[in-house]
Amino acid sequence: MASVTGTAPALSTGASAPPERRRSNWVPYALLLPGLLWLFVFFVVPMITLFSQSLQEGSIDEGYTFTGNVGIYAEALQSYFPQLLRSIGYAASATVLALLLGYPLAYFMALKAGRWKNVLLVLVIAPFFTSFLIRTLAWQTILSDVGPVTSFARSIGLTNLLQAVGLTSNDNLMASKFAVICGLTYNFLPFMILPLYASLERLDPRLVEAAGDLYASPAQGFRFVTWPLSLPGVVAGTLLTFIPAAGDFINSKLLGNTQTVMIGQVIDAQFLRVLNYPLAAALSFVLLVLILALVMAYVRKAGTEELV
Amino acid sequence: MAEQLSGDLRLVGLTKSFEQFTAVQPTDLTISQGSFFALLGPSGCGKTTTLRMIAGLEDPSGGQILIGDKDITSTKAYQRNVNTVFQSYALFPHMTVLDNVAFGLKRRGDKDAKRKAEEALELVQLAEVGRKKPVQLSGGMQQRVALARAIVNRPDVLLLDEPLGALDLKLRRQMQIELKRIQSEVGITFVHVTHDQEEAMTMADTIAVMNGGRIEQLGDPATLYESPRSTFVANFLGQSNLLRATVTGEPGSDGTVVVRSHDTDLEVSRAHLPDGIREIFLGMRPEKLRLGTGGGPNQLKGTVSDVSFTGVATQYLVRMPWGRELTVVQQNDGSARAVVGENVTISWAAEHGFALDAHQDADAGVDTED
Amino acid sequence: MRWVKRHLLAFAALAVLFYMLIPNVVVAIFSFNKPRGRYNYQWTEFSTEAWQHPCGTPGICESLGLSLRIGITASFVATVLGTMVAFALGRHRFRGRAGTNLLVFMPMATPEVVMGSSLLTLFVMMGVPSGSEAILIAHIMFCLSFVVVAVKARVASLDPRLEEAAADLGANAVQTFLRVTLPLAAPGIAAGALLAFSLSFDDYIITNFNASPSSITFPMYVWGASTRGTPVQINVIGTIMFLIALVVVVGGQAYSSRRQKAA
Repeated sequence: MASVTGTAPALSTGASAPPERRRSNWVPYALLLPGLLWLFVFFVVPMITLFSQSLQEGSIDEGYTFTGNVGIYAEALQSYFPQLLRSIGYAASATVLALLLGYPLAYFMALKAGRWKNVLLVLVIAPFFTSFLIRTLAWQTILSDVGPVTSFARSIGLTNLLQAVGLTSNDNLMASKFAVICGLTYNFLPFMILPLYASLERLDPRLVEAAGDLYASPAQGFRFVTWPLSLPGVVAGTLLTFIPAAGDFINSKLLGNTQTVMIGQVIDAQFLRVLNYPLAAALSFVLLVLILALVMAYVRKAGTEELV
Repeated sequence: MAEQLSGDLRLVGLTKSFEQFTAVQPTDLTISQGSFFALLGPSGCGKTTTLRMIAGLEDPSGGQILIGDKDITSTKAYQRNVNTVFQSYALFPHMTVLDNVAFGLKRRGDKDAKRKAEEALELVQLAEVGRKKPVQLSGGMQQRVALARAIVNRPDVLLLDEPLGALDLKLRRQMQIELKRIQSEVGITFVHVTHDQEEAMTMADTIAVMNGGRIEQLGDPATLYESPRSTFVANFLGQSNLLRATVTGEPGSDGTVVVRSHDTDLEVSRAHLPDGIREIFLGMRPEKLRLGTGGGPNQLKGTVSDVSFTGVATQYLVRMPWGRELTVVQQNDGSARAVVGENVTISWAAEHGFALDAHQDADAGVDTED
Repeated sequence: MRWVKRHLLAFAALAVLFYMLIPNVVVAIFSFNKPRGRYNYQWTEFSTEAWQHPCGTPGICESLGLSLRIGITASFVATVLGTMVAFALGRHRFRGRAGTNLLVFMPMATPEVVMGSSLLTLFVMMGVPSGSEAILIAHIMFCLSFVVVAVKARVASLDPRLEEAAADLGANAVQTFLRVTLPLAAPGIAAGALLAFSLSFDDYIITNFNASPSSITFPMYVWGASTRGTPVQINVIGTIMFLIALVVVVGGQAYSSRRQKAA
């Protein structure tokens, strides 16, 4: 092939500039400006106003004035500590359950499904695109006290078992801790499965073969090769499940009872019904800080495992 | 390095069929302990499937695999004292090089895993990279780590699946010598799968040429090259000129037989002529042919149609009167070179020809290399 | 028994899939129900009434229309803004890259209830009335990050030499962008837009904080119905949504696998 001589002059619309090359400087900033401005004004600034709101006193009718009332945080924690703890507990349980349920499915899809892979992927993604409120309402039907699922659970003694471990308070399934955690697990399962699937699909099956060739039993092969190599997916999946689950109140409202109230439910009620803005803002801020702290600790812990 | 008393690797009627086709026809093969054995063939010939069955990564459809007297056919990969150097190396990306090498030893609970792994890295001259991750190494180094990771377990049989395929030519030559050195040092049976005939001939004591799921011919490299028994082997292992000919005479007192090809009488050694066939392909290796009459009693006239100079030698294409071109390779020994269009005579000795049954495809094995 | 053991993983996978799909099946079945009371929780008798009159309950189709309008507008704006950010991150070197990544990541790591309530405090302080404009602003904000992630993944996987080749063959920067970069990034942009739409269309928690009585989106309608009584039309619309999602996802899959085969 003849060598090409007519190289076009380096123009500066950005799109053609590979990362290695430095082009004129204003282009990336021009591309970033509208999007980042939007995020700044409608995400960062609200965090500031949220914090500020929590330190104000007054009422919705008379208006609020900033008084720096830090005591509101003590009040918030004192009154709603159980709900806060419960939210973390439920979200953590749902995350662990979603991992236990999602891993086999993601593993199967990525490594064993063959030509069924795409069909399974569609079936995992499609429900995610349908109204999750309607699907959560469907759980009311499924777990209803007079439905076949509950009577089956009664007949095999599952309801007694759940009651014994305190996940339900009577011989029904609905309106219980059990139903809330099931609902949370169900709702965020696709967020767990998709990152897991993505990292398992990248896994070279020959590495697993190599482990077998090097005297690792299937269980050891999983422990020493498959699992560590899927960790990026595990970390992403657990974060994507835990964070929304911790703030969720739809499952606890639709599937729970007064003993399963989560912190999101309290924030919602304080803001929109009780209209106690400072308290609601303080709770909201506490939830944010708590989750950020947990996420950072988790990522740091996972990071020490040296993710690939 | 201690010699192990494991015994020969034997395949008895080993076969593998997938839904639609048979990848490996029933195969019997004995690979003697401590030998360097090569399975050579084009892609899709069944060599890798055979290797994977020996490794335990593929279940045979029938037959047995034995090491010494021990039948290992139904054992799992991780229960076999067999290790593989994978084509892609399959190094664990999340572990250091040293952890990779120690992996097999640790799985078997070897207390001395770390020291042995370090020794193995020394053997492949990579003692200093033990703490690095595989991605930080060059292709050639990764290849050697994969070798160390397998060898450190002292397997009864070491399987190598196209281990040099990803390396460039120069590095490949270097590693061929290196592999040969390591094999003689550790004395483990090596079974090497490759589609590169030169690589197989350089390294192996014995080569099995596979085609279409069967072993076409088994032997040491020189025998395979000098006396191929099929057109596939003749073409796949090096290059061959094949002339259609008919046996016309009986063996003479000098041990040669007269055959007739395109109205010319030619001689071929009795020893190179299979029994009971009259229609043959007469085969000659390009480097056995001479331009001029000095090469022997067999002579053909033709016109030079192409000359390519390769440094150590010159390769000619010589067009025969009936249209076919023969390839002639002349050592670059200082003699004058022929030019395109020149009329030349090709000659060769009777013992340099070989005869093959003409009832097969003359072009089998041509251009099947990847 | 050995057969069961060998296929244990497949059984587990199918069981999980069943768990994920059973609500959709229930929704579909109960769309043919004719409940006696206000709640559609118990099977009474087969009827196609709701399918014949999907808008046959007050407010439902108005809320659906509002959700569609907000969803389309929000996903369009978020896709444009997000794609620009993604190109900047995927194709340029600039100072403040880490900060940009953090700012993009943060909304995804923040519970919806926090984002919704914090926006409410902003709007209250600024005197912005709640309603569909406020909802739209909020939706664009939380969709943006997801678009950036989807498009960036695609842009990062593209070979920058293709753009250099286009430039080398005499295309100017605008032509290179329109004829090479944009078509190559299109699958990522489409995926991002689709994701943004579904997030917006399905959002209840954030919307709820910024809605007014005159701006009832479909999820809010459903939420309200869960306390007042659930019309069968909800199941009809839910089923139709599921079928559309199925078609879209299958279509996307078929399209991408055909492209892969062609490549």
